[in-house]
Amino acid sequence: MMNAAAPGPLPGAVRSRRDSVLRVLLPVFTLVAGALVWEAVVRVKAIPPYVLPAPSLVLATLVSDGAILWSSLLATLATTFQGLALALVGGVGLALLFSRSRLVEYSLYPYAVILQVTPVIAIAPLLLVYLPQHAAVLACAWIVAFFPVLANTTLGLASVDRNLIELFRLYGATRSQILFTLKLPAALPHMLGGLRIAGGLALIGAVVAEIAAGSAGAGSGLAYRIAEAGYRLNIPRMFAALLLLSVTGVVIFALLSALSRFLLRRWHESELAPGA
Amino acid sequence: MQSENPAVALCGIGKVFESGVVALDRLDFNVGRREFVSVLGPSGCGKSTALRIIAGLAAPTSGEVVWTEGAAPARRIGFVFQEPTLMPWANVAANVRLPLKLAGMSARDAAPAVAAALARVGLADMAGAYPRELSGGMKMRVSIARALVTQPQFLLLDEPFAALDEITRFRLNDDLLGVWQTMGGTVVFVTHSVFESVFLSSRIVVMTPRPGRIYDEMLIDAPYPRDDAFRTSAAYAAYCRQVSGILHAAMSAEAAP
Ligand SMILES: Nc1ncnc2c1ncn2[C@@H]1O[C@H](COP(=O)(O)OP(=O)(O)O)[C@@H](O)[C@H]1O
Ligand SMILES: [Mg+2]
Repeated sequence: MMNAAAPGPLPGAVRSRRDSVLRVLLPVFTLVAGALVWEAVVRVKAIPPYVLPAPSLVLATLVSDGAILWSSLLATLATTFQGLALALVGGVGLALLFSRSRLVEYSLYPYAVILQVTPVIAIAPLLLVYLPQHAAVLACAWIVAFFPVLANTTLGLASVDRNLIELFRLYGATRSQILFTLKLPAALPHMLGGLRIAGGLALIGAVVAEIAAGSAGAGSGLAYRIAEAGYRLNIPRMFAALLLLSVTGVVIFALLSALSRFLLRRWHESELAPGA
Repeated sequence: MQSENPAVALCGIGKVFESGVVALDRLDFNVGRREFVSVLGPSGCGKSTALRIIAGLAAPTSGEVVWTEGAAPARRIGFVFQEPTLMPWANVAANVRLPLKLAGMSARDAAPAVAAALARVGLADMAGAYPRELSGGMKMRVSIARALVTQPQFLLLDEPFAALDEITRFRLNDDLLGVWQTMGGTVVFVTHSVFESVFLSSRIVVMTPRPGRIYDEMLIDAPYPRDDAFRTSAAYAAYCRQVSGILHAAMSAEAAP
């Protein structure tokens, strides 16, 4: 449809370069325009900061409360990455177990699904009753993050080329050779796809648990700062913490995408010329 | 007729799948030492099943595979699938090295054999390339090099060139004959192409449609090495006509009760 409106067909290379520039510039433009409108509305209508702080005030708060927000960010990041690491180990481990034994898979898989579909916000308070706070927060991050790793790794393990498996058998491969030389590498792209989703989810799990812990806990994560600032009607700090959280989410996603690209560069996204 | 000196004999092989499909029914044939035998038949007649049974990848429901020199250790068989079946995460050298690696050989010890196998298929300078970077024909060469790296006495190929364009197929046919003559072993080549089987084989066995069994067989008495001159010769055309005739007769043959 867009092509029909264009004056003439652009050469593919030029169009794709223009495309990728637009893909960066347009969201930045949207952001700046939105912030300017927001700033203008707040100033013209003289909205008090405890109702809606101007973007400039949010940025200023980010600087003035920098120390406390930074240490909270580090705490949330630590939980997120611990939860993610556990999700990776747990998800891949369960997937391997399932691929080994149908009985185990049939016995456990429905509960993995139930754990996944039950809203974590409803599980968090219970976990906080039974577990020390840090463990409960970690458990929440794990619960939401392990499933995509499990599901994707299972898919990856099941999609191993049948002929390759036969080839390994023909040459008398042991079970562990089949696992480490064939199945795990073959499942890697799926596994990394799952991990990329899990990164964002681990952050969500950590935040949900910190919010649920609320004033009861002695927590110091970013979400706890949001809850705390909410009680004190420190709205600018809420916005500043929220901004940090979403930037964190984006950075985690970008990091995991980069990791995935790095590990698969020769295999899936190879742009290298044949080694002539 | 055929092999006075059989290396492997299929004796009354039957294969019934769990689905109830009878793929093979009393399949009998021998393969002689240093023969190049093509197994020719229509799609679905059980050629792959028969080859997998010879390789030990599948067990027959009835009958047996008899190796005259006793059991066939894995390293004496090289198998080439219809698809290249390469590991996309490993480069060409690592793919070719796989059979030796699985046998516990270190990369260093395997290097000379890998280099020799790659040279034999004309890919000596591609060791570091990844499968994605190769054409279909090159991938197939890597697959053949991998089958050759253990210096097998038996090379089993399951329609390896079916997916390639004709020019590439001709070149690989030529190269395969070269490989066969230098390896001094036995080749069992599954195909549905009359032309390919006549060009390559010293003997062709023709199978009936499902359930597969041997309908007839034919010696191709032309001398090796065979080249483009053979491909355009009257003898070649005559053989092709004859084999086509047998294949057509086989297609309409009802499986004997
Ligand atoms: N694993 C299997 N389970 C059930 N049926 C199979 C299986 N493998 C092959 N078959 C059936 O057996 C018949 C012979 O198959 P195959 O040996 O692959 O034939 P060809 O290689 O000659 O095309 C076909 O009808 C096919 O559908
Ligand atoms: Mg087949």
